[in-house]
Amino acid sequence: MRHLLSTKGMSRDEAILLLDIAEDMADVANREVKKLPTLRGKTVVNLFFEDSTRTRISFEAAAKRLSADVINFSAKGSSVSKGESLKDTAQTLAAMGADGVVIRHPASGAPHVLAESGWIDAGIINAGDGTHEHPTQALLDAFTIRRRLHRGAARGKGLDGVTVTIVGDVLHSRVARSNLWLLTTLGAHVTFIAPPTLLPMDMSGWPAEAGFDLDAAIDAGPDVVMMLRIQQERMNAAFFPNSREYSRRWGLDDERFGRLAPTTIVMHPGPMNRGLEISSAAADSAGSTVREQVANGVSVRMAALYLLLSGDREDS
Amino acid sequence: MSSDNAASTPYLIRGATLPDGTRTDLVLADGRIAEIGSGLSRAGASVVDAAGLIALPGLVDLHTHLREPGGEQSETILSGSQAAAVGGFTSVFAMANTSPVQDTAGVVDQVLALGEQAGYVTVQPIGAVTVGLAGERLAELGAMATSRARVRVFSDDGFCVSDPLLMRRALEYVKAFDGVVAQHSQEPRLTEKAQMNEGALSSELGMVGWPAVAEESIIARDVLLAEHVGSRLHVCHVSTAGSVDVIRWAKARGIQVTAEATPHHLMLTEDLVVGYDARFKVNPPLRRREDVEALRAGLADGTIDIVATDHAPHPIEAKDCEWDAAANGMVGLESALSVVHASVIDTGLLDWNDIARVLSSTPARIGRLAGQGQGLLVGGPAELTLYDPAASRVFGRGSLAGKSANSPYLEMTLPGRVQATFHRGYATVLDGALRPAAEIAAQGVRTHG
Ligand SMILES: [Zn+2]
Repeated sequence: MRHLLSTKGMSRDEAILLLDIAEDMADVANREVKKLPTLRGKTVVNLFFEDSTRTRISFEAAAKRLSADVINFSAKGSSVSKGESLKDTAQTLAAMGADGVVIRHPASGAPHVLAESGWIDAGIINAGDGTHEHPTQALLDAFTIRRRLHRGAARGKGLDGVTVTIVGDVLHSRVARSNLWLLTTLGAHVTFIAPPTLLPMDMSGWPAEAGFDLDAAIDAGPDVVMMLRIQQERMNAAFFPNSREYSRRWGLDDERFGRLAPTTIVMHPGPMNRGLEISSAAADSAGSTVREQVANGVSVRMAALYLLLSGDREDS
Repeated sequence: MSSDNAASTPYLIRGATLPDGTRTDLVLADGRIAEIGSGLSRAGASVVDAAGLIALPGLVDLHTHLREPGGEQSETILSGSQAAAVGGFTSVFAMANTSPVQDTAGVVDQVLALGEQAGYVTVQPIGAVTVGLAGERLAELGAMATSRARVRVFSDDGFCVSDPLLMRRALEYVKAFDGVVAQHSQEPRLTEKAQMNEGALSSELGMVGWPAVAEESIIARDVLLAEHVGSRLHVCHVSTAGSVDVIRWAKARGIQVTAEATPHHLMLTEDLVVGYDARFKVNPPLRRREDVEALRAGLADGTIDIVATDHAPHPIEAKDCEWDAAANGMVGLESALSVVHASVIDTGLLDWNDIARVLSSTPARIGRLAGQGQGLLVGGPAELTLYDPAASRVFGRGSLAGKSANSPYLEMTLPGRVQATFHRGYATVLDGALRPAAEIAAQGVRTHG
């Protein structure tokens, strides 16, 4: 794997390989010494054009557990916001000898441009580009579902026949898009539930169902319910009237949570708005994977860095 | 000055094919077409062998961004005029979004004068509708109309005159001097932060969409306003099938509306966005295949009156970046005729007479431009281009004559080639090559007196 830019186009075999390596990485996390020497001498740059402490520290922990040197380059409030271009920043990082660049950027396609431009010869990991994709989040979600369903026997398996209902601001969600492609590639069946204003305008090309009725979706008995974070400022742009109405119609409240089968997996990419898109009872329930998702995020990102940066990248 | 393009040198063009298919010779002398017929001769004339070449009336572009004053790093009036000549144009209408804005008689007259000095084409300034393109109060439209530049086309292109009252007043006011308002139809609230056509692809890429309705709703409003006040409206760069329907309806109702399509909207589609190559970023955005087909059909049935390039030069750094940060716009003068050739001639929708209409006579008429768009007539102005329709070329950086290289056609194979362009009787392009600036400037000085 040369770069990790999107889950669209990723093959089932590639995805399962990465998830299996993440299993190995998770085993390391249970050892007394959590560090592997694999990426000793390699430099990983976290290039963040948007604030996201959670994602950045997850990548930082992953790189450090593989013994890589980590440079955090927060482009917000730096020369970049004063007009320095992505090109100049990339060339600076290239001159510093970056082997891998983890990029978070508000523009769809910025990681793709970085990978294709020739400005820098490093492995590029997309840590979220605009509202396009966030592939490592989808990989950690798939990893989490697979572990819940198969426990210690997860290696080699896909998610065939698993029904996943993703609820919330699909329009602005890179997590939703990356999950769409990855989960369906792994054999799962995805349904999106949202207010009509928060679904993309044309989903005819998406291998998924879409609807507006959360209650019907709950009663259909999905294996997984994934709640997306809703940004309160969306109501100012008339996507919905106010948070109370949103919560009433599209929130996983106690009553809806109570109607789910006890085996249902409840997910949230975080950070959560408790009481808005998800109730505390649901978030803290036995079915909730919210804390596992954080831990699994490190394992999956270790696997991604390992695949991109270990050995001779050109051959891998 | 080279002897074969001297002030008094007449041209004898041998064996050219007129747009209607007849073969003829033409003699150009003293800035006029002196003779048309077979077996012509002329003592002392430079002979141009035009066997296999189509003679078209000089092309007129109603929508060009020349960037001067203010944007000289991407184009100047001279370099843009050269790009135009290479593309077979003998006149361009220079859009008002310069810096300073072309919103006063002083600025439009300066642009006019710089065009005359360059000498390659007639540079006809467009005036801004509102002061500074700010959409707040009317610019001095009357002063620009009565200036030496005789402005008749007014546009805030790049910005839509979205305030309905201001648009109504502008439409009414320009009636005093037979002017026309050329509207960039884009409802601003429906297109905030828009990056590409809104549809299945924008949904997948997570890009903010530019919905067709943002164009169509403004066109619908404007044609009704034009009807209400009895004014002329011109719709810039129509890009959607729905817009073609609205304009067709308006014309059937007798509303005085004209419309243009760009070469790129007649050929290219939104799927080019997938690779995030910002050369394909343009406003209005590239649309679906169905929209391209509707624009072609609209051009064929007369709903769309003309082709205009929206030639929009940008420096390298404005395109060598992530999609959201890139500037909108493509250069288009040098490629226009070939792209139209591929889009509507090779598909059998238009013939060369139609091309003369949509790229010469009608744009000149909409812009009320004297000395252009009069066809190839004895006694008429010697404004013409010789085009080789059998040629085929890989369009490359060397095919461009302007300052900027933001062409979407680089590395594409395009049909046809402009072999010669004549403006005011002198050659600006000969044997497929641009004539030198000093030679052309001298001709400009001579013919403008
Ligand atoms: Zn425009």
